[in-house]
Amino acid sequence: MIAPLPTERDLRLDLFRGLALWLIFLDHIPSNLVSWVTIRNYGFSDATEIFVFISGYTAAFVYGRAMQITGFIVATARVLKRAWQIYVAHVFLFAIYLAEISYISHSFENPLYSEEMGVLNFIQNPDVTIIQALLLKFKPVNMDVLPLYIVLLLWFAPILWLLLRSPTLGLLISVAIYTTSWMFDINLPAYPSGDWAFNPFAWQLLFVFGAWCALGGAKRLGRWIKSKVVIGLAFAYLAFCFSIAMSWYFPALGAYVPEFISGSIYPIDKTNLDVLRMLHFLSLAVITVWLVPQDWPALKSPIFWPAIVCGRHSLEIFCLGVFLSFAGHFVFTEVSNRVFMHVLVSAAGIAIMVGAGALISWYRRVERQGPGPRPPVKPGLAGSEV
Amino acid sequence: MTGRFSILLALPVLAVLGQLLPGLSAPAVAQTPAVPATPPLTECDAPGHHTEIAFPLAQTTKAIAAKKLSVLVLGAGSSQLPGAAGAKSAYPGRLQAALAAKLPGVEVTVATDIKPARTAADMVKTMRQSLADSKPSLMIWQTATYDAMQSVDADQFNQALAKGIKIARSVGSDVIFLNPQYSPRTESMIALTSYLESMRWVAMQHEVPLFDRFNLMKAWSDLGTFDLYSATKKVDMAERVHNCLGRLLADLVLESSKAPSSATESGDKPAQ
Repeated sequence: MIAPLPTERDLRLDLFRGLALWLIFLDHIPSNLVSWVTIRNYGFSDATEIFVFISGYTAAFVYGRAMQITGFIVATARVLKRAWQIYVAHVFLFAIYLAEISYISHSFENPLYSEEMGVLNFIQNPDVTIIQALLLKFKPVNMDVLPLYIVLLLWFAPILWLLLRSPTLGLLISVAIYTTSWMFDINLPAYPSGDWAFNPFAWQLLFVFGAWCALGGAKRLGRWIKSKVVIGLAFAYLAFCFSIAMSWYFPALGAYVPEFISGSIYPIDKTNLDVLRMLHFLSLAVITVWLVPQDWPALKSPIFWPAIVCGRHSLEIFCLGVFLSFAGHFVFTEVSNRVFMHVLVSAAGIAIMVGAGALISWYRRVERQGPGPRPPVKPGLAGSEV
Repeated sequence: MTGRFSILLALPVLAVLGQLLPGLSAPAVAQTPAVPATPPLTECDAPGHHTEIAFPLAQTTKAIAAKKLSVLVLGAGSSQLPGAAGAKSAYPGRLQAALAAKLPGVEVTVATDIKPARTAADMVKTMRQSLADSKPSLMIWQTATYDAMQSVDADQFNQALAKGIKIARSVGSDVIFLNPQYSPRTESMIALTSYLESMRWVAMQHEVPLFDRFNLMKAWSDLGTFDLYSATKKVDMAERVHNCLGRLLADLVLESSKAPSSATESGDKPAQ
């Protein structure tokens, strides 16, 4: 009944998750000139889709094995422990954010921006703000991904249990939740008003789809996604998205977009994971799988090592990236915002992320080899990152 | 295999081309509003940047023809400057001066309904009264900053914008949207992007001209026209910024209310 899981970790997952982490970092620095290289400028989806999909894939890979070996209860406990770790990481980042804001609010004054400076007022009633932040309702700009991840993990154990027994049914339920959230406009509430910027009821589809692929779905799809027709369609859709994206930057091109297209595609809804974004991501995925086979020797070459080492420790590197994007904005504000500084901050940020990834890898290796009372850890279990 | 990877290599090249293209394509396509002959380049200009969407303004055209133009500026905190001279030096005051200078013989009045910390929905609530008080031919609606600060739901924001347009048009007033300021220091605290997109989208849908203050100020910042990062209590830079906003806003009003014969092409919608 239960599908056997692959045992070797797919390096492509780490590679593309690492790249996604770099892109998220670049996109998160406000006004960063270097962020024009990131994929969100050339199509509908962005690095968030890659990150969520691969996270679902690796979560199923790691906890699926755990569930088969140790049973439902233990695996659930491990998933929840992971959710708790991410919550702690989120609160830690919020503390850093508070520190930055508090500093800025004391040094910043400009009559041009009296209205905008009102946003700093929230520091004056921490009784409300901090509690709302701990409840994951108040989320500063660019701190939406970890809360999404927490909610996705909270209900992951039952869906994983189902996916291991009946992958199709599990995926269907996920699609049903996605559809229901669209039909009835279901989302979690945010503070001070509105809803979550990433609707977990919609984004779970990508996470569960990633998990489904990891549990044998990718193999079943194998023949389909390698067919010439599908690859051709994927290229065609990417070309379509690219031309639409160009019309955002060159309004003159907008004249060539037929009205029935512009009338039907907009607004492209990020909060609720628009179908057009999902299709864009799937097209990218189909083409990537076609271009980069799993056994491609270059995956082990030093060129890709920096991205792979970041993707392998995604939670740590993601948090570091959020922190570095705060710091980068701080440098633009307090030191210089010349083009040179944008390039320097972007490059230095990625270098720091790679350095941290390498350090964590080294430390894990030492810890595993070193003498001590701890028994050696089975690879693919506690040693793996989600 | 190598053939496939050359596609990957081509992507950065495309990306670089994408950066160069604005400079290459903008003059060639000639769909930006034509610039009047030999304009003096002032600090207000941001050449090569598309900072507005123009649609025809029928009521305003009529009002100018009748030599009596009345404008209402409906806005929040970023439509005002502090101090005794604030009302005169903020962009609504500068707009009145610029319109009066460019429309000799036309009686120009600019009324204001400006209170800080208001969402689009808040402004819609009092809009009827303001319109009844000043009976404008044109309402310039500055909004979205406070909505972003309060993270107002996207649908509610869009509905408020649509409702406001409907109310203004029902009492015979044209509408121009004016979007948030570019404020680099608070960028990591106020998530404007989705509100900017919503405003642009509603403007296109309802054929409302949009004065793209955000991208204009961003262009100024990139060009070094104004140092928008600066932390200063002095009001002189803010006054210069508002002066430019008022002048360029006047240009948009005139552009959108030109008589059909002298109308210039604007995007896919020739002015009528």
